[in-house]
Amino acid sequence: MTPPALLLVGFAVATLLALGAACGLGSTPMSAERVLAALLGGGDAGDRLVVWEIRLPRALAAFLAGAALGASGAALQGLFRNPLAEPGVLGVSATASLTATFFLYYGLASLSAWVLPVAAIAGALAATALIAVAAVFTRSIVTLILIGIGIASFTGAAMSLLMNLAPHPYALSDMINWMLGSVANRSVDDIALAAPFLLLGLIILYGSRRGLAALTLGEEAAAGVGLNLLRQRAATVLGAGLSTGASVALAGVIGFVGIVAPHIVRPLVAHDPARSLAPSALLAGLLLVLADIGVRLIPSEQELRLGVVAALVGAPVFVWIVVRRGVRE
Amino acid sequence: MSELVAAGLTLTAGTATLVDGASFRLRPRELVALLGPNGAGKTSLLRASLGIQKRSGGEATLGGRDSERLSPAARARLVSYLPQARSIAWPNVVRDIVALGRFSHGASIGALWAADREAVERALEACDLAHLANRRSDTLSGGELARLHCARAFAAEAPLLVADEPVGGLDPFHQFRVLDITKAFVDRGGGALIVLHDVALAARYANRLLWMKDGCIVARGTPQETLSAERLAAIYGVRARVDGLRVALEGAA
Repeated sequence: MTPPALLLVGFAVATLLALGAACGLGSTPMSAERVLAALLGGGDAGDRLVVWEIRLPRALAAFLAGAALGASGAALQGLFRNPLAEPGVLGVSATASLTATFFLYYGLASLSAWVLPVAAIAGALAATALIAVAAVFTRSIVTLILIGIGIASFTGAAMSLLMNLAPHPYALSDMINWMLGSVANRSVDDIALAAPFLLLGLIILYGSRRGLAALTLGEEAAAGVGLNLLRQRAATVLGAGLSTGASVALAGVIGFVGIVAPHIVRPLVAHDPARSLAPSALLAGLLLVLADIGVRLIPSEQELRLGVVAALVGAPVFVWIVVRRGVRE
Repeated sequence: MSELVAAGLTLTAGTATLVDGASFRLRPRELVALLGPNGAGKTSLLRASLGIQKRSGGEATLGGRDSERLSPAARARLVSYLPQARSIAWPNVVRDIVALGRFSHGASIGALWAADREAVERALEACDLAHLANRRSDTLSGGELARLHCARAFAAEAPLLVADEPVGGLDPFHQFRVLDITKAFVDRGGGALIVLHDVALAARYANRLLWMKDGCIVARGTPQETLSAERLAAIYGVRARVDGLRVALEGAA
């Protein structure tokens, strides 16, 4: 097997093990046999309830949210030719959570269960498209990231405004859930609402991965070797917008995992942006499953939020990448 | 017939006319040098003729078909384009960068058919990069990088090559190396259109010269026919002594 294929198999096996561990670990630990029996529909009825209704949906939500962010990060990094591009840094996640919160705030989310994911996806698509359009006019990734920071600041301010005006503490806690990022209490229904968009986004990203490699040469040369630039931009924006939006709908804002996972994967796939996509998705999913296990096991009065832990670990890595790049250039 | 033909090509941007009614033809087995001062419209002419930039007027065909209507992949199979911007975003190894030249054939770095792999090896060989094939591209010298970009252009095995300042920033030795490689490509049956700033080098290597100024092609022909001290004064505004194909620049006019 080639190294990238080996990597995929390795991450897939590790993910399955982590999902199994997530089902077994918790306030009432279960042995591997009990988890397996419950998963296969046997064993104790209480075990089946805990595994199927609580722990597995939560772990799957963490995995799907992570996979979407990992793939979106890897794809955006390929498109913009910069390791710092990521849904969180570019303000895409923040915009998705703002639009979702907005609909929640005005009670529109009760109209249909689909309102929330669609709102989050619309926000993510709008932000991604805005940045992609800006990318046509500026050659500088620094400018793009600054635009992303601008978008994130604006949506942050709008979010603060909504919180400021929040009618009751219940709405406030709902919003905080979105902003901090968490997969606590996710049900199979929540996953079923977000998964179609998320998977469609992943399929679009995976289908357009070849062009990301061509972009290594820069846009003009990539067009010269036969890449349809317009189509590539559209596919990456659509794929990243769909999957990031669905990820936010499922788990709220979780930053930096879209930077960290591709950063680890890249040297293992000979820095090929096309081949970094699938392993980045798996690794980011795996990281969030592991982080969520950690969140559940850390004894604290208030359960830590997944997004908070991800940012505490991810932000220093972000700074480290920036400094290292600065030194090299 | 794989030819690049531009007729009355015009490109405007706002009120500025970048290319003004330029016509030329690039055939296999000839090396054409495009000469002219900075801002003469050389790069714009290349882009517009290849259909990479939308032209404002005139016609441009590649292999008999309107170059603007070709799909990017179909165009890439007819002509390899080496733009001035030659960045490499990631520290890929040399062989993988050359493999990107096979993009228009449906290949990707991780999935090369036998034909792709052979083309990559031939291109590495032609550009004297075989011994560097597994080196990371961010460890190469300027001369090696220039050969790397030539190699990825040749890997497409397109009949034509259009290169924008392929020897820019290179020392004299490496300028000769890159032009030798280009000459060998032409001898194998390819056609090359290259932008050069070194008139003596152009006169030594090119079969034909295109002289460009203010968006117009003002003179064309063999080096013997078109190279003169008056021409250098008119095009570049420099004083020069010209003796046959030997050029000595003496200063600004």
